[in-house]
Amino acid sequence: MQRRKFLGLLGAAGLMTTAVAGQAQAAGSKHFEGYPDSFGVLHDTTRCIGCRKCEAACNTVNKLPKPDKPFDDLKVLETERRTTDTAYTVVNKYETSKGLKFRKIQCNHCLEPACASACFVKAFTKNPTGSVTYDESVCVGCRYCMVACSFNIPAYTYNDPITPKIMKCTMCQPLIAEGKLPGCVEACPKEALTFGKRVDLIKVARERIRQYPDRYVDQIYGEREMGGTAWIYLNGVPSPEVGMRDDLGVASAPELTGGALATVPMIVGLWPVLLTGIYAVSKRKDKIAKEEKRQAVTAALTKAAADAEVKLSAALTKAEVENKKQIEVAVKKAVEESAKQPKTEGEA
Amino acid sequence: MSQDTAAGKGNLFNIISGIIILAGLVVTFLRFTQGLGGVTNLDNNNPWGVWIGFDLLCGVALAAGGYTTSAACYIFGLKRFHSAVRPAILTAFLGYAFVVFALHYDVGRPWRLPYPIFVSPGTTSLLFEVGLCVFLYVSVLFIEFTPAAFEWLGFKKIRKVVVKLTLALTIMGVILSTMHQSSLGALFTIAPSKLHPLWYSTYLPVYFFISSIFAGMSMVIFEGTLSHHYMHGLMDKTHLDEADGVVLGFARGASMVMMGYVFIKIIGLVSDGTWQYLSSGYGLLFLTELLCFVALPAMLYGIGSREKNLKLIRWTSLLTVLGIVFNRFNISMVAFNYQLPSSQRYFPSLMEIVISIFVVTLIVTVFRFITTRMPIFYEHPEYAEHEEEPAAHGHGH
Amino acid sequence: MDAIYTLHDFMLNSKNWIYILMGLGLIMYVCWWLFLTSRDEPKRIT
Ligand code: SF4
Ligand code: SF4
Ligand code: SF4
Repeated sequence: MQRRKFLGLLGAAGLMTTAVAGQAQAAGSKHFEGYPDSFGVLHDTTRCIGCRKCEAACNTVNKLPKPDKPFDDLKVLETERRTTDTAYTVVNKYETSKGLKFRKIQCNHCLEPACASACFVKAFTKNPTGSVTYDESVCVGCRYCMVACSFNIPAYTYNDPITPKIMKCTMCQPLIAEGKLPGCVEACPKEALTFGKRVDLIKVARERIRQYPDRYVDQIYGEREMGGTAWIYLNGVPSPEVGMRDDLGVASAPELTGGALATVPMIVGLWPVLLTGIYAVSKRKDKIAKEEKRQAVTAALTKAAADAEVKLSAALTKAEVENKKQIEVAVKKAVEESAKQPKTEGEA
Repeated sequence: MSQDTAAGKGNLFNIISGIIILAGLVVTFLRFTQGLGGVTNLDNNNPWGVWIGFDLLCGVALAAGGYTTSAACYIFGLKRFHSAVRPAILTAFLGYAFVVFALHYDVGRPWRLPYPIFVSPGTTSLLFEVGLCVFLYVSVLFIEFTPAAFEWLGFKKIRKVVVKLTLALTIMGVILSTMHQSSLGALFTIAPSKLHPLWYSTYLPVYFFISSIFAGMSMVIFEGTLSHHYMHGLMDKTHLDEADGVVLGFARGASMVMMGYVFIKIIGLVSDGTWQYLSSGYGLLFLTELLCFVALPAMLYGIGSREKNLKLIRWTSLLTVLGIVFNRFNISMVAFNYQLPSSQRYFPSLMEIVISIFVVTLIVTVFRFITTRMPIFYEHPEYAEHEEEPAAHGHGH
Repeated sequence: MDAIYTLHDFMLNSKNWIYILMGLGLIMYVCWWLFLTSRDEPKRIT
């Protein structure tokens, strides 16, 4: 009976705290717009021709190892690829309702990065420039950031036994800090990539959609996805046709985990209250029950204790000689045998 | 006691565990010379495999017996569970210790495992929460376990100090367990796009916490069954007398919690509107998990405890434990990355599985080592008269 | 302190404090419990 009650309480309190957390989060009216004037890149997939010049440039500026197949080998496009530990960016080819389309993939530099939210050592930083950068010097290699990133961007040097690390596009943070263009943007021959302030890029994108409604679908991918990304996309076809999921939702990572995180301090705050309360109740019951039995038990106990004492000391003397462990059990049994009557009563 | 069969069993056990440990050592060598790429099937799309899905998620859930048993005994005052506390605490401590041990294989730079707490705390991460709580809880479990070691060594004074802390440690254990058991589920709330909608829920933390309760209780029953089989001779009368009561009590408790769990899972389906997926293949998997591995054992536990059918309860505990493993596997592997084409999905490599079995074998070996030396299944005669917990101290006066 | 522009930074900051407060809270509970029970029968603490 009691046990049932206790488990019920546990469950109830668990649900209660979640509900509380949900409310607390909904009530929070804090809203953050991100760093003002932060940069981004607009990728117009209708202009991309799949030349892989951006891949080559990225490889050079980031001093990544040379790939097996050269960058001018366009056969690579036949298989769909993702970012890896040796390629911060890749271009893929898609058969769409409007013919062949190409799309470049790299870190989207989310406004509220899931990778940063997930990392338990703060290895990722959202910089005022808009870039999301990674600091190898604290990374433990747990790969939770890879689990968290909805765009499947961070890659891991799996074959490094001693110092594995996360590899991902840096938005060429060192270059943009110097006022230069990111390597891939610089290299693009078709201006499929435009670097600029994100607010301006959104305007540019809107303008293009307005001017060429037939050329573009009426959506700026990345404007709101996962809370918004610095890298935004204009497509000629619905986004899933070029391998971009349209079911990511608009909630950012910190919003998604906020509820669970908010519950934690409620547990710390309320569990001791609840548990000490239950303890007090169970102790009180104990006390009453004991009081009633005390009279009867005391007499019996005294006798049993005396008996036990005698047997115990006798057995303990013997214990010197024989295997200690065995004796402990035997002695315990003997003690209990003699004390059985009153003890079971006492503990009932 | 038939010495011969016991010795025979012991030998067979030693041979098998010897082989596993040898294989484990070989893979360990490979892991730390070739990296994760050399021994696992993990890749950039599937960063977490069986070492997280089994060693971490199942390990922690199944070690929940420590907090459920000690809470039942010391906080809820169910003294009849007292003799189950020590084995449960020991199992939990070893369980957690080996969870941490196994993490050294999975993370890239294991020597940096203290970083989240001591160097660069990323407090927005649920993994930080898990790490902090596991670290603290291993310490709490260690302290809770020390009285047995002190009795074995004969350190009376320090044992007394620790025993006085029982209530505080127990409450601390429940708090920390609630926090990290639920946060393990909450880890996945960050990736709604990757976990199948049937499993993804904002209630994930609640599901993980509630399921850890019956996982822990079933593990106590299951492990008790094995111990009785193989280590009967080490148990004292109290332990043997109380054992059946523990089994019955836990079976009833677990069946109640499991019914609650089924209920809140259904609530989750309706509140997220995901019941429409039930007719898909994943729906079948989900229903199997919920009906065959939770609702069914809940009923069997109920029937078993009503009819005092210990055998039924013991088999049910195995079913429940398997159900927990099934659930954690579904969330971390089967239903995770459900959107990827099957060619990009993860399946564990043989060497990953070897390490997981290796870790389990180590736990069993250490458990045997400790229980055959320290007073776990019996009360040390010199300490038997003073009751362990503060709550019951009054008796005798 | 710098102005905060992202929810992530805000949470990093607030959660830092919350973890510290949780630690203090737990210590506070122990002390309060000791205070509450200090006039009870002398034999037990916790
Ligand atoms: S795209 Fe992924 S890796 Fe890049 S900032 Fe966003 S969450 Fe992080
Ligand atoms: S792998 Fe490194 S960067 Fe990624 S979450 Fe873990 S510690 Fe952070
Ligand atoms: S921004 Fe820099 S790092 Fe990122 S894809 Fe372009 S060149 Fe590579």
